[in-house]
Amino acid sequence: MRLRRRTPGEGPWPWLAAGCVSVSLLMVLALLLLLGTRGLGHFWPADIERVTLHDGQVFAGVAVREEASAPGQATSEERLYYTANRALDGATWRWVALEDIARRDRPEQLSVIEHGRWGTLIGYIDETASNEQRLVIHTQRGQRTDLPRTGIIEHYRPNAMSWVDKILAWGRGVWHFLSQGPRSANTEGGVWPAIFGTILMVLLMSVVVTPFGVLAAIYLNEIADQGRATRLVRIAVRNLAGVPSIVYGVFGLGVFVYGLGGTLDTLFYSDRLPSPTFGTGGLLWASLTLALLTLPVVIVATEEGLARIPDAQREGALALGATRIEMLRRVVLPMAVPAMLTGVILAIARAAGEVAPLLLVGVAKLAPQVPVDDTFPFLHLERKFMHLGYHILDVGFYSGDVEAAMPLLYATALLLVLVIVVLNLTAIFLRHHVKSRHGALPR
Amino acid sequence: MPVFDPETRRAPEAPAKESAITDIPAASSALEIEGLTLSYGEATALKGLTLRIPRQRVTAFIGPSGCGKSTLLRALNRLHDLNETVHRQGTIVLEGEEIHAPGIEVAELRRRVGMVFQAPNPFPMSIYENVAFGLRLQGGLKRRQRDEVIEWALSSAALWDEVKDRLHDSAWSLSGGQQQRLVIARTLAVQPEVLLLDEPASALDPISTLKIEELIRNLKSRLTLVLVTHNMQQAARVSDYTAYLHGGELVEYAPTDQLFTNPRLAQTENYITGRMT
Ligand SMILES: Nc1ncnc2c1ncn2[C@@H]1O[C@H](COP(=O)(O)OP(=O)(O)OP(=O)(O)O)[C@@H](O)[C@H]1O
Ligand SMILES: [Mg+2]
Repeated sequence: MRLRRRTPGEGPWPWLAAGCVSVSLLMVLALLLLLGTRGLGHFWPADIERVTLHDGQVFAGVAVREEASAPGQATSEERLYYTANRALDGATWRWVALEDIARRDRPEQLSVIEHGRWGTLIGYIDETASNEQRLVIHTQRGQRTDLPRTGIIEHYRPNAMSWVDKILAWGRGVWHFLSQGPRSANTEGGVWPAIFGTILMVLLMSVVVTPFGVLAAIYLNEIADQGRATRLVRIAVRNLAGVPSIVYGVFGLGVFVYGLGGTLDTLFYSDRLPSPTFGTGGLLWASLTLALLTLPVVIVATEEGLARIPDAQREGALALGATRIEMLRRVVLPMAVPAMLTGVILAIARAAGEVAPLLLVGVAKLAPQVPVDDTFPFLHLERKFMHLGYHILDVGFYSGDVEAAMPLLYATALLLVLVIVVLNLTAIFLRHHVKSRHGALPR
Repeated sequence: MPVFDPETRRAPEAPAKESAITDIPAASSALEIEGLTLSYGEATALKGLTLRIPRQRVTAFIGPSGCGKSTLLRALNRLHDLNETVHRQGTIVLEGEEIHAPGIEVAELRRRVGMVFQAPNPFPMSIYENVAFGLRLQGGLKRRQRDEVIEWALSSAALWDEVKDRLHDSAWSLSGGQQQRLVIARTLAVQPEVLLLDEPASALDPISTLKIEELIRNLKSRLTLVLVTHNMQQAARVSDYTAYLHGGELVEYAPTDQLFTNPRLAQTENYITGRMT
């Protein structure tokens, strides 16, 4: 007898399923590609053009993009130039109709000067007039300015740079973005305080939520009677995971900031009142709020891990004369560590991207001072902090210069994704390490 | 009044209980079980068991699946304590001490009454750490002393030669038969007085089974063994006394030779010869 297939092939289902997977994959790739090109392209030292118009005007700038102009206008296409020099001209962008352009060229002497206070300038450096302290610059439009050298972050001549130089400059640009604080109302400079704030907050949150969640899960799964009350608590915990995060923010504001913080202030910092110390949003309250937000995730993941441990392991330990606590500590907990770490991974993934509750409990638009420094007690839990997620919101919605903000927006978003990936990979690596030490659970 | 009925072949209860007690003098018994009734919620699993388990002998429990052998075994080291639905009546006396008495420490009781389960359950640690587990709970051993006890326990369980070069490998890398012997070694390491074995060889190949049986015979000189098995030959080969349980009741309990060659009750004979009742 032959074992014949009932239907030729398995029908469209495998293809449909595979299709869904590929679409998801493509979307992720597209997202990363968009963020990557738009965000990282911003740091490329593009050539500067000297543009001569038919009416005799001359200016220098970096061509950004071209657009068809609004209907009804005489010209058909316009090009956007980044001309920098906000301090001199009051504007950094210039739209030019293509038809108006008489000539374009790229003089090697054109320089980009990034200055901490004056922003970015484009012009010619006058070497003879410059001295040790000051740098003299002539712009293409004939203005003359001299800057103190101390404020200058970098100056370079993109038109004269080779590919290698440009790649190095690009690397420097990325590095500055990662390592420096923001400038010009967050539209220039870097995001270091935001990276630091995000990571520090997530770590603090993990430190709080892990022991809490693990103990709660142990109680629910190992100690409590498996009666109706326990089941109710379990359902409640699972439902908490679905509460919108802004609600947690409100709770954190009411309980942590005003309640706990206010009490702390009257008890210990009364000399500084009425200006609040802990009675206002800060790193500590933000971490606690997010710990609360992610608590259900950790509890559920740990409980699932505990439930997967065969009773034979528990009985084996008890039968050797272990008390219940010894059994939990020496057999059950080590076996549940991978599940706990899975819970922490999920918690990190959720917390690092969460912005809404932070608005209420301590994030700041600008806090260039990171909450860790060399004055006692080194870690300043009461300080406000910057956060990548909020930085995106701020740069995207509240910056005056949308054109300048856009690339930073993409770069920051990419960075946020990367930070979450790195945090997760760390936890996954840890989990793998633990698994290979304790042996995986039989499935 | 219960009278032996050839139709149903149910044993009268009273004589069976009596023989169980009278055969073994109290002085030479490690465990005395009296009137033990145990139920899971509404379902009664043990019905008024009374028997004595002789010291430094192998006692086998046989009987059809679900008759309560494991339940009885787990009652002896109070593993049922974990299950809130279990209700128990009756007494179990270990070397003169009632194990349910208020002052008894359960952990210490379980150390004295070791248990090996049907499926090997080594912990996810190294072979060494598995055997050291119980010792570390007790504490108070120097490293060198501990190493000695571990070697002794593994040798007693006839495993030392197979694992002495890989003591720090994961216990889960051992074969099923080796794992079962490792679990026995782990239990021996804490020097129990009674060793409960619940079908220790049911998942093993014939050679591993033989090794375990030999092990049981060797251990007899040091401790009291209680063995649950579905294998009649095994019970006949290794045990000194055999108890036949059915439906939560003790049907017949006698020296193994007597029970297998000349069972008093037809029900017992039917079971051990494999005839359907
Ligand atoms: N945890 C439990 N909860 C409820 N009932 C149980 C539980 N464990 C065992 N029982 C019931 O108690 C009775 C005796 O079970 P037990 O496990 O002692 O049988 P057994 O003789 O060991 O059987 P086997 O030879 O198959 O291992 C059975 O009817 C079983 O259904
Ligand atoms: Mg059983």
